[in-house]
Amino acid sequence: MNMLSPLRAVWPLSIALAAALPAAAQEVTTFTLENGLDVVVIEDHRAPAVTQMVWYKVGSADEPAGKNGIAHYLEHLMFKGTDLLEPGEFSRVVSANGGNDNAFTSFDQTAYFQHVAASRLDLMMQMEASRMTGLKLTEDVVKPELGVIIEERNQRTDSDPGALFGEQRRAAQFLHHPYGNPIIGWPAEMSALTLQDAVSFYHDHYAPNNAILVVAGDVAPDEVRRLAEKNYGPIPANPDIAERQRVQEPPQLAARHLDFRDPRVAQPYLVRSYLAPERDSGAQEEAAALVLLSDLLGGEPNSSVLGRALQFDRKVAIYSSASYDATSLDDSTFTLSVVPVPGVTLEEAEVALDEVLQAFLDAPVDAGKLATLKRQYRASEIYKRDSADAVARQYGQALTSGLTVEDVAAWPQIVQDVTAEDIKAAAAKVFDARKSVTGYLRPAAPEEAAAEVSQ
Amino acid sequence: MIRAALTSAAILLAVPAFAEVDVQTLESPGGIHAWLVEEHSIPFVALEIGFRGGTSLDAPEKQGATNLMTALLEEGAGDMDAQDFAKARDDLAMSASFRSWDDGVSVSARFLTETMEPAGDLLRTVLADPAFDAEAVERVRGQVLASIRSDSEDPQAIAGQALAEAIYGNHPYARPGDGTEETVSALTRDDIVAAWKGAMARDRVYVSAVGDITPDQLTALIDKVLGGLPETGAPLPGPADLSFAGGVQVIDYPTPQAVIRFAQPGISRDDPDFFAAYVMNQVLGAGSFESRLMDEIREKRGLTYGVAAYLSAKDRSDLLAGGMATANASVAESIGLIRQEWQKMKDEGVTQDELDRAKTYLTGAYPLRFDGNGRIASILMGMQMDGMDPDYIATRNAKVEAVTLEDVRRVAGELLDPAKLSFVVVGQPEGALN
Repeated sequence: MNMLSPLRAVWPLSIALAAALPAAAQEVTTFTLENGLDVVVIEDHRAPAVTQMVWYKVGSADEPAGKNGIAHYLEHLMFKGTDLLEPGEFSRVVSANGGNDNAFTSFDQTAYFQHVAASRLDLMMQMEASRMTGLKLTEDVVKPELGVIIEERNQRTDSDPGALFGEQRRAAQFLHHPYGNPIIGWPAEMSALTLQDAVSFYHDHYAPNNAILVVAGDVAPDEVRRLAEKNYGPIPANPDIAERQRVQEPPQLAARHLDFRDPRVAQPYLVRSYLAPERDSGAQEEAAALVLLSDLLGGEPNSSVLGRALQFDRKVAIYSSASYDATSLDDSTFTLSVVPVPGVTLEEAEVALDEVLQAFLDAPVDAGKLATLKRQYRASEIYKRDSADAVARQYGQALTSGLTVEDVAAWPQIVQDVTAEDIKAAAAKVFDARKSVTGYLRPAAPEEAAAEVSQ
Repeated sequence: MIRAALTSAAILLAVPAFAEVDVQTLESPGGIHAWLVEEHSIPFVALEIGFRGGTSLDAPEKQGATNLMTALLEEGAGDMDAQDFAKARDDLAMSASFRSWDDGVSVSARFLTETMEPAGDLLRTVLADPAFDAEAVERVRGQVLASIRSDSEDPQAIAGQALAEAIYGNHPYARPGDGTEETVSALTRDDIVAAWKGAMARDRVYVSAVGDITPDQLTALIDKVLGGLPETGAPLPGPADLSFAGGVQVIDYPTPQAVIRFAQPGISRDDPDFFAAYVMNQVLGAGSFESRLMDEIREKRGLTYGVAAYLSAKDRSDLLAGGMATANASVAESIGLIRQEWQKMKDEGVTQDELDRAKTYLTGAYPLRFDGNGRIASILMGMQMDGMDPDYIATRNAKVEAVTLEDVRRVAGELLDPAKLSFVVVGQPEGALN
């Protein structure tokens, strides 16, 4: 088999070419309306379609105490009528125009979006503007929707031991910060949410000066500006909205261990998370190093440090991975997971994980692997041009996580500039046992699980 | 009144956007057919290669062989072991994913234009000279077994499998594509090699490419990538003999929320009434927030996060199927509502307003799907495997438009069959279900 030789011959060429790739993706234009609404336009003229997204700088981490779940409940209620639209009419009009619409809530942001023919943008803006400050709710539509979100929690969380495990780990990771509460809400609090809770949360946070409008697709920036001024321009800013100030984590001084047992678990695994810094505006270098660290350690299992050591060399794991949430308003997490092979206990897998981490910290970073990763990042700037929606989400998430358009533009080069030493330094700092939570997920007999719950 | 303004705007603008997808049909010197959309504005290519057959080719005692074989394609080929392959792929900054399902095996690749040659070399080696070495087989077998174990405690997977067994009897569709712990544990390297030879042959291959590549480049590429494959593969399975008992089968499982799956006979894509059925089901259960099922069960009563019904067209069977999840206490009410809507649609069909809205949605949404090289390549692959012509893209909306109120009423009456509508519930439902 001689396939490796032609490949080797090509490598230097492809490296040279890849190095010359443009960093810029689609044309991106930004401006701000007088009422404070930030607008991002991403042009992609290949298909006559457009995505409108409105992102609000409010998420579950901004909820008042005792009202966990209200950000997400409100997101559902945003489809239930405005000054101008009947309950359900928003989605009906989108559908009647051949479009799709949806929304999502996260810790730091809530976003609403529609994907439609480019000619419908004005109509979409008209409707989205009407629910920016004109929401009108009545008990008869609010009540059934509470049942919907309770079933949503049942479906996504309570029916899935892995999801319950994640919720418990997050609660243990954050001692004080609201990132420790689930987005959908703790069951008791979400069941007690009311129309008035939703309305007051809405008035506190929904306004043009707390939102980002992202329009991606077959549009011209001037036309988007004209339509945005016409539809969103008349909405007054809310002067009471200030920069978000959340409670911050106290020093974390104790490694935490969780033992989660559920009779529905068929495949045990362990997850270790560490409190980690996020991308900060103007200071994204450490986060960039952590992004590359997570790829090196646990990106592709067949080439990552954890995969090679745990799955190939020691054969103690079926699967291993690392992940890092870089884009976040406050400190986030760096996470490692190991699924042990049958016959290897979670305790043994954890020992092996720690040995591999220590060996990684003790040895130089594999320069060839780092170069390959950077080349993949450069190529990803080209692949990203295939999806204006993905770029739109990237901007929406960043701009609602304390970052600026300049930060987003600077990010690819910051990743390229990360050195092996930066990665080692970031690793040494983030792998601080005192800031860690190690969770075991394993099966339990039903009686045992029941007994633990009743304690 | 803006409500009026919105409505009129909707009508005025109701001329659907048209996706200009210029599909070229090619035949390589080696005799392989491919569909190509040239898109030179971004320097990369999305390539899809599909083989008809899939996990349905597995004999009962070898169930899981095709799935394991497919999972092993990225675990070493030619002189490369799994780590060499990962390095070669990553150095080219390309992606290649391998997937199997009951009707097929597919390769989805994405590579930069400048790496077209080495990317093609790599794909050829993977498809024509996979290693299936013992170390990789054991490692990936362990991953598959872990996934099978997880499915054994997943209410969604349990429900899907139970419904398949009830409907498909002895047909391969009744069996889990991943296999069982027993069959997968017993698979040998010879079984995997046999599955590879059976599944990945040139008499059943389909190719689509979208991106920065010319017709000549593509035909040369596919002759290189696929030229090393055998001419013929394993015999494809025959049609499934479907049986629908009606009623509700309950699988006791302790969970706070029960999973419901349901199915009844569907309709072939080739049937002249297919589009009438498609539009009917859009109103009944497919139209996300707008469907009757969603309105009755979620919007009015808050019993579920989501309920949907869809026309499922496999190579050898057609179903009208659906599912939802709800609290154990609400299962009886939910099934009652599904049956009620089934009967109502069968008796009355849809209203003119519902028909108009469904058609406007379907015709407007269709061109929006074609929004990226990767998406288009994948759609073109699906079309080929479903036996469609490239001009379907241009004619499909007219077929939706042609559906009349009377067509929907007649087809709903003929197709919908509450007596055959069969339910599986995984959970601990309360109250009488039948």
